[in-house]
Amino acid sequence: MTEPATLDQPTGALGHRARGRARVAPGSGRWWAAAWRLLLVLLAALLAAGCGQPDDQVRIGSKRFTEGILLGEVLTGLVAADGLPVRHRRALGGTRIVYNALAAGEIDAYVEYTGTLTNEIFAGLAASADDDLDGALRARLAADGIRLAGMLGFENNFALGMPAARAEALGIRRISDLRAHPDLRLRFGSEFTERSDGWPGLRAFYGLPQRDVRGVEHELAYAAVAAGAADLVSLFTTDAEIAYHDLLALEDDRGYFPRYAAVLLYRDDLAARNPAAVAALEHALGLIDADAMIAMNAAVKLDGRGEAEVAGELLRERLGIVKAVAADGLARRLLRYTGEHALLVGVSLAAAVLVAVPLGIVAAHRPRLGQGVLAVVGVAQTIPALALLVFMIPFFGIGAGPALVALFLYSLLPIVRNTHAGLTGIPAPLIESAEALGLPARARLWRIELPLALPTLLAGVKIAAVINVGAATLGALVGAGGYGQPILAGIRRDDIGLILEGAIPSALFALAVQWLFEQGERAVVPRGLRGSRR
Amino acid sequence: MFELHQVSKHYGASVALERVTLRLEPGRTTALIGPSGCGKSTLLRMLIGLIRPDAGSDPGSDLRPDPTAAPDAPVPGEIRFDGTPLTPARIPALRRRMGYVIQSGGLFPHLDARANICLMARHLGWDAERIAARIEALAALTHFPRDGLARYPAELSGGQNQRVSLMRALMLDPEVLLLDEPLGALDPMVRYDLQEELKQVFATLGKTVVLVTHDLAEAAFLADCIVLMRAGRVVQSGRLEAMMRAPAEPFVEQFIRAQRSHLSDLEVPA
Repeated sequence: MTEPATLDQPTGALGHRARGRARVAPGSGRWWAAAWRLLLVLLAALLAAGCGQPDDQVRIGSKRFTEGILLGEVLTGLVAADGLPVRHRRALGGTRIVYNALAAGEIDAYVEYTGTLTNEIFAGLAASADDDLDGALRARLAADGIRLAGMLGFENNFALGMPAARAEALGIRRISDLRAHPDLRLRFGSEFTERSDGWPGLRAFYGLPQRDVRGVEHELAYAAVAAGAADLVSLFTTDAEIAYHDLLALEDDRGYFPRYAAVLLYRDDLAARNPAAVAALEHALGLIDADAMIAMNAAVKLDGRGEAEVAGELLRERLGIVKAVAADGLARRLLRYTGEHALLVGVSLAAAVLVAVPLGIVAAHRPRLGQGVLAVVGVAQTIPALALLVFMIPFFGIGAGPALVALFLYSLLPIVRNTHAGLTGIPAPLIESAEALGLPARARLWRIELPLALPTLLAGVKIAAVINVGAATLGALVGAGGYGQPILAGIRRDDIGLILEGAIPSALFALAVQWLFEQGERAVVPRGLRGSRR
Repeated sequence: MFELHQVSKHYGASVALERVTLRLEPGRTTALIGPSGCGKSTLLRMLIGLIRPDAGSDPGSDLRPDPTAAPDAPVPGEIRFDGTPLTPARIPALRRRMGYVIQSGGLFPHLDARANICLMARHLGWDAERIAARIEALAALTHFPRDGLARYPAELSGGQNQRVSLMRALMLDPEVLLLDEPLGALDPMVRYDLQEELKQVFATLGKTVVLVTHDLAEAAFLADCIVLMRAGRVVQSGRLEAMMRAPAEPFVEQFIRAQRSHLSDLEVPA
């Protein structure tokens, strides 16, 4: 056991502690050094636990929208059905994030759309490739070490839709027919309104005359058309809402929109590393037609069922795969979320303490430098969490990495500030008394200044921890898991129950952290400091 | 024990000490006294190196070395402790030969009385028996109850706090004891008792003691020699009787008169 070099020992303990004390005395702060080491070991262990995974595990990725997650579950189920270890890193983020994850080898496979590849990921590829767009695309993917296995069997294109009854009444079936109806009210998803290949391009291409055009949230456009507040909306052809609202997708009779055929992408090296996994994945080719995809989307978005369950059903019906995907029970899910969340908070907080306390000490002892330090950590705090997470992805990939770094940066300010405030708040007579005793500067810091600043310092760590618990829910945006995962899934599916599944444990977790810190404070802060200086 | 030669201290334009030359004899108790802001605390803090005197090289300093002086003669602006000049490099070591007590005790609230007292001894690696024996001796000397040693400063009375502070100052058995208004924050009854005790302690130990106070009666009671200061200068030093008999300037008389209690003017009816 490490001999604690704290000085507030009970009266009777002097005798038997004597020898250890005499040895410890000159190297003040021995206890702290030991605590420091312990933290470092803990940190390393936690990081290893967070990053470690079996090498042969197949990692499936998915984009952060219902269809993407469903397709991720289908791929996962196919691999699992062949008895191979597989993990679904679900809802990693938008196109850019998931594609980069594949290129970087953080995932092995996911489903992308051809139009997204040619027009967004490799913007300009369509224009530069002469005839053989498919060949050019495959060559470009090969350069990133990625193989295009083939199509899944459906397309998810942009389209314009209007209520079927109204379309029939107006005699509209094709986009060209819209030219005869300049007074229609058009409500499009914001992105469609602004993208050059969206409404502006479409209007020019077909020579459309409509003036009443507004951009709204994609889901709200459906609500507007259902309420009769819009005549025409932009839609994705596999959206479940098309059938639900009885919309007619107008025929793109002059072929303006690019095709967005769903294709399976996997890493080149997977074929060599794990050919069985590739064989399993390729069962997905031609597996899902547009009706099946629409039905699956509807099952999740309209009926509120889980993605894994719906994907499992498809695999059972089409391939006879039984219990392809086992859904975790609530208790197991909560346990997993809690584990991931605790890891995020624990590691980032421990790292922040190791960095912020020394920074706070420097800031307190060198006032001019201190102003700079406080300003810099203050600025780090002002970066929006979402932006910070995205900035971190190029450096730390997806998953726990960027979330840990972002949470670490957010934890710095309260700890640096409180360390600084605790040290500068020590009454001058006490500082002078320590000096007048003849204690050297190091010993003054360890034996006098830090213990006196401890209550304030701990309060800073506590604030950082509680903030961290809340902020860590955003980690789910970059695939870090934790309580944010059910919250995000709940928002996506408009499922309050699922949101609460993340929100309530997160709040309880924050309360538990606060309670733990208060207990810890009571144990660590000597009796003489309690109450008087707080 | 201490020699000050033309020591000054300026803070910007304001003067804290103005060319003070003073000798503090070993084994004697000296009281620095004077109205607030006269520089008595500054002088004491300078002795233990918490404040550095103005150096001759400081801008605006009018200190000039005397070319005719002997080689080992004190330089203007110099303080010597036991014959060696008090320089920043020497101060940490010399502080262990001095004990320092301030008005509010200056005890560390996160340490109990015992830990406060033996902080420095433990840092120097004294063994437990030696520490225990020393604390026992000090507690006996200052009439401090043994069960109070495990209490924290906040759990002790003002008088007990000052006893702990005194024990802490005496722990390493220093040659010099510096006290900055040690009894200033205590109520009169406690103060009276502690004055008696301090006098006994001083007599028992026979150390060089420098005491700052604003109470002339206390100074006269405790000290062999009184140094009366005003506006950064020493006005007169010596015994109180000598000052009363031959005041160096009218201020001395005024100061003494102001300190005389109205009680002595009262006529108590028989």
